[in-house]
Amino acid sequence: MTYLIEGRDGPWELVVGLEVHAQVISQSKLFSGASASYGGEPNTHVSLVDAGFPGMLPVINRECVAQAVRTGLGLKARVNLESRFDRKNYFYADLPTGYQISQFTHPIIGEGAIEIELADGSTRMIGITRLHLEQDAGKSMHDQDPARSFIDLNRAGVALMEIVSEPDIRTPEEAGAYLRKLRMILRYLGTCDGNMEEGSMRADVNVSVRKAGEPFRTRCEIKNVNSIRYVMQAIEVEAVRQVEIWEGGGSVDQETRLFDPARSETRSLRSKEDAHDYRYFPDPDLLPLVIEEAWVQDLAAHLPELPDAKCQRFQDEYGIPRYDAGVLVAEQATADFYETVARGRDPRLAANWVIGDFFAALNRTGRTIQDSPISADALGGMLDLITDGTINGKIAKDVFEEMLESGESAAEIVERKGLRQVTDTGAIDAAVQAVLDKNPDKLAEYRSGKDKLFGFFVGQVMKAMAGKGNPALVNEALKKVL
Amino acid sequence: MSLDPATVRRIARLARIGIDESDLPALQRELNGILGWIEQLNEVDIDNVEPMVGTGHAALRMREDVVTDGDAREAVLSNAPDTAGPYYTVPKVVE
Repeated sequence: MTYLIEGRDGPWELVVGLEVHAQVISQSKLFSGASASYGGEPNTHVSLVDAGFPGMLPVINRECVAQAVRTGLGLKARVNLESRFDRKNYFYADLPTGYQISQFTHPIIGEGAIEIELADGSTRMIGITRLHLEQDAGKSMHDQDPARSFIDLNRAGVALMEIVSEPDIRTPEEAGAYLRKLRMILRYLGTCDGNMEEGSMRADVNVSVRKAGEPFRTRCEIKNVNSIRYVMQAIEVEAVRQVEIWEGGGSVDQETRLFDPARSETRSLRSKEDAHDYRYFPDPDLLPLVIEEAWVQDLAAHLPELPDAKCQRFQDEYGIPRYDAGVLVAEQATADFYETVARGRDPRLAANWVIGDFFAALNRTGRTIQDSPISADALGGMLDLITDGTINGKIAKDVFEEMLESGESAAEIVERKGLRQVTDTGAIDAAVQAVLDKNPDKLAEYRSGKDKLFGFFVGQVMKAMAGKGNPALVNEALKKVL
Repeated sequence: MSLDPATVRRIARLARIGIDESDLPALQRELNGILGWIEQLNEVDIDNVEPMVGTGHAALRMREDVVTDGDAREAVLSNAPDTAGPYYTVPKVVE
């Protein structure tokens, strides 16, 4: 699908690359033994290393390195057995050392790729340029005091992975799909929780526009966008702004901008004078990071099944459509739930119920799969009652609602409320006869060729039987007498 | 390589060091002297020599992922010129 910005002088193409900062899941920080957990009292998850005291030396956390390698493997990227750390120098009050330890010239992970899927079902590969490890900064609060900013260093030194894409993205939708897919992979791997609201995943968005076939034009970087929807909006408005500049005879300046969702516009953030003069140089406190091929292979051998592979397996093993498989693997917890329901049962019936009534119920009650009021085993138990003919599909919907309310098992509800399906043909025939007797006019119409009335009769018989008739038997009995 | 006054002013600004215009010529002279001295290294022939990144152990030592530090707010804040409760404070910085 092409996405073009209609300018005054014709269409413009969009070029987007994303830099995602993903907070690494670990116990302690990248270079210090202070806790990396969220939400401690201010300045309690801070060591003297993080606070930039003189003479303190960084020592790297093996698990953070492992998490970066796992992520690289999940992105089918090259793992660099030797990488290095550099200092990125800038002054800000929440960066106590005056530099961020990052990887500039030799990142731990090289080129990879992510396959994204779009709304029309088409897929595209988006290249990954690199992934590197770096430190997070502390947090500044500007609204506590009229004259001062308050600084909390709890986040300072927590490990981040910066994941940089190639400028392969051509539409806002692709940007959204890329971020969702990346987040899914990170969550499956357990290397980042992907929570954009809490800031554990943030995106810097590089946007430029060009005429078809041209080389790239100057790009602008929109910093720290914290939701997928905002990323898509920011791209749209920034592209329009750039087209207007070019068409007005001006030229786009390479600069850092900020997206303001309230006004749906981007604004210049930093004065150009200081832009990007980070004066990188190798960190003299840190030797090269050298990892063993055998260790990488061991990490690879213990990776969980990733979304693409799981999606394919669900189609092959359970015979469910690609769309359904895609929905079910979107979150690992959902996929696990489905597999528990489907095990030893009709996998398509299971998929229909999980994606249909079960998801709808979660939405309606505002619950998640983790605190679902109906367990996978309980839902499976209900499906067993459908499959063995104890209840029909329509009654199953009522039983399901009741399970949601009461937390009882399907079998208990069916017993208590007498919902067992009627398969006694005598009772069904009697109900059919009663309905025919009550509707002589409809019967006459049917006999004179109005075939569509068959459905009316089925409905009336089911209603007369309080929904408990076996639909197949009811159909059969009706066909016989009609 | 030699630095012009504008570059010296810029380096000072990036380092957040306030300097007087009258100090510029002296600083320029000193910095150029340092650079000139270091540039002598360019005379060494390093063709076919692998870049050396350090001495001693060739690779970084790694530590296990356990919490061994932190929970020392008083020590952490001890050198701060100004604090408010559990926070460092600085003159207001708003972009």
